[in-house]
Amino acid sequence: MGLFDGKRGLVFGVANKNSIAWGIAQALHQEGAELGFSYAGQVLRKRVIPLAESIGSTFVEECDVTDDLAIDRLFAQAQDHFGTLDFLVHSIAYAPREELSGRFVDTSREGFRTALDVSCYSLVALARRAYPLMPHGGAILTMTYYGAEKVTPNYNVMGVAKAALEATVRYLAWDLGKHRIRVNAISAGPVKTLAAAGVAGFRKSLHYVGQVAPLGNITQQDVGNAARFLLSPWADHITGQVLYVDGGYNIMGAPDPEVMGELTG
Amino acid sequence: MSEESIFERVRAIIVEQLDVDPEEVTLEARFKDDLDADSLDLVELIMAFEEAFGGEISDEEAQKLETVGDVVRFLETQTAQS
Repeated sequence: MGLFDGKRGLVFGVANKNSIAWGIAQALHQEGAELGFSYAGQVLRKRVIPLAESIGSTFVEECDVTDDLAIDRLFAQAQDHFGTLDFLVHSIAYAPREELSGRFVDTSREGFRTALDVSCYSLVALARRAYPLMPHGGAILTMTYYGAEKVTPNYNVMGVAKAALEATVRYLAWDLGKHRIRVNAISAGPVKTLAAAGVAGFRKSLHYVGQVAPLGNITQQDVGNAARFLLSPWADHITGQVLYVDGGYNIMGAPDPEVMGELTG
Repeated sequence: MSEESIFERVRAIIVEQLDVDPEEVTLEARFKDDLDADSLDLVELIMAFEEAFGGEISDEEAQKLETVGDVVRFLETQTAQS
């Protein structure tokens, strides 16, 4: 018996086996969930299909989340395949690579627009199509990062997009609460994913966080475990929240003096 | 570490990542043209090399790594320095 026996949901944002979305998908699959996957473009197709097949998923469809017609089509397919949905996982973010290094003040209008469109508006667009397919209520989960709240050099416009995403979670939680649909975010610590590889100096910040956080670095499985809770009935009255899965990094005001030499050296 | 053992480890990583035959992975093999690697494969390979050998491979350095031999020579100089 699993927590998600008989439950169905869509997962957006699996790119490869290191993706946070895949950590979540595996956790939900272990609990008996029936999953559908959506990917963004042909280069991801050959990566996502074998993963989906490995857990018995037969719904794997391409969807460009900046294209409203593509999203309409995806949800029509999902309705045909699943009938109704119980949850949706949004683990999508993108900014042009040149925006993820150097100064935030140099962010271009186009880079800003793209980052906010793909990383934030997409949640609104998906939620609007998902909630009519959740007649018995449901849960929506997205991924954010501490760079939304505190300056994280090189994260730049993604931090601004994640701040907007966290506000979006709250507004959606209010609207969709009337439909007994919960909307939450996980603020995950840095994890080595394809997306992270696009942020300048990522490896150094991963090491730093691992040294500073009380519990060190996290894994995709840690995020999967938190998602298992937030999407389940055990989180029945939790909505509009940002849950840190960051090894406790966000509570720290300064690193341990004992490791400071190593960190700066 | 000898060149051969670095090459052997690099070859194993490439075989696993790109799903190619070990015989195809020669020092002269070009990732894009000979091993059919797409843009994400290259990012994933760089991550795998960093993981296996430690250290960081910058974007500028990564762009210069066109053949298997380029990677082996790069990792040789890196491991020699550390």
